[in-house]
Amino acid sequence: MSLYYVQKLLYQLNRDPRVRERFEADPESVMGEYELTDEELEAIRKPDIGLLFVLGVNGQLLMHYAAMHRYPWADYIQAMRDGVSEYGKVREGLYAMLED
Amino acid sequence: MPLVFAGVCSHAPGITGRAHLADPEIRDEFYSHYHRLRGALEAAKPDALVVVGAEHFANFFFDNMPAYCVGMADFYEGPIEDEEWLGIERQRIPGAPDLSKRLIARVMDDCDVAYAQEWKFDHGISVPLHFLTPRYDLPVVPVNINCQEPPLTPLHRTWAFGRALRKACDAMPERIAIVGTGGISHWPCTPDSGTVNEAWDRDFLDKFVNNRKDELLAYKDEDVYREAGHGGFEIRTFIAIAAATEGATGDLWFYAPIPIFAVGCTVATMTVQ
Repeated sequence: MSLYYVQKLLYQLNRDPRVRERFEADPESVMGEYELTDEELEAIRKPDIGLLFVLGVNGQLLMHYAAMHRYPWADYIQAMRDGVSEYGKVREGLYAMLED
Repeated sequence: MPLVFAGVCSHAPGITGRAHLADPEIRDEFYSHYHRLRGALEAAKPDALVVVGAEHFANFFFDNMPAYCVGMADFYEGPIEDEEWLGIERQRIPGAPDLSKRLIARVMDDCDVAYAQEWKFDHGISVPLHFLTPRYDLPVVPVNINCQEPPLTPLHRTWAFGRALRKACDAMPERIAIVGTGGISHWPCTPDSGTVNEAWDRDFLDKFVNNRKDELLAYKDEDVYREAGHGGFEIRTFIAIAAATEGATGDLWFYAPIPIFAVGCTVATMTVQ
C-alpha cells in the first residue's frame, strides 16, 4: 500500500496544469514517477473511483480526479458506494480512523 | 485600528457548482444572506479581509502539512478547480503582502505559524469571495487551519491562534475585517455526502453565537467524526472567529441544511468590541 503516493499524484494533477497535460498525453510515464502498487496503478488507470475510495484516497482529492474524467456528481457518489459493495470497507486513511 | 468586522459563512463547491440542482427557494434565501453579509462587510469599510479557511489540498499536502498558515503573497489565484465544475471563473485576487508580514510577525509573538508567498485558492476561499467581494477589489490575507486529516491542531490551540490573530489585527493601522469559513456537520465528497446533522449544528451554532468558550473547546475529534463527520473538523474556523471576538456574542442570520450543497448552510456575524 502506498496511499501517500496515490494521493500525491492526484494532488499534483489537481493543482498543476502541466502535470495534468503530461498525464493526459502519457499517463504511464507520469504514474511511473510514483511508488505505486499494481492494484493502485490499475485503479488510477481505469479509473476505478470506487477502489480508490476503498484504498483510502481522501474525497477532497478523489472528487477532482472523478471530475477530470467527467463524472457527474451523482455518478461520483455512486462509484464510491459501488466500490464499498465490491471491495469492502475503506482500508486506511481518514475514513478508517475509528477502525482500530 | 481595532478590528472592524467579524463573521462566518459556509463554503462548499456545490453552493456555486450545483446551484441549479438545489431547491431555488431555500438556495435564494441563503444567497440573500450572503449578499447581506457582503453589505455589512462593505459598510465596515475594510482595507483588507482576513479569511480564515480550511483548504482541501490545493496547496498543503501530507509532505509538509502546516497546522496554521498565513498568506503573504502579492496576489492569489483561484479557484484551482475546473471553472465550469465550480461555477466560478478563475481570478487573480489582490494580496496585502506588507500587512501580511506585519500580522504574521505579531501572531508569532503568541503562536507559531507557517507563511506562504504562493497560494492557490480552492472553493474553500473562492466560494466566499465570489459572494463577499465579487469584484475582487479588496486585498485578502488568507489563513489556513488544517482541518482535513489528523493529527489536527487541538481546539484550545485554535482558540489561542484566534486570539493572537485578533491582537495582531488590532495593532495594525489598517481597517481589518475577518471572516471564518467552514462547514459544521457534513460528510463531503464521500458516499454520505448530503447528510447533515441539523441538531448537532444548531447546538454548535448556539454555543458559537453565544461565545461559550468552555463548551466550544470541549468537543473531541472522535465524537465530532462520529456525530458530525470529517467535515465537522472545520469547526476550527468558527472557533478561531469566536476567539477573535472573545467576550462578544453574535447573530445567526441563516442556517439550513441544503443537501445538494452537502453542508448546513450558515451565515452569521459576531459583534466586534
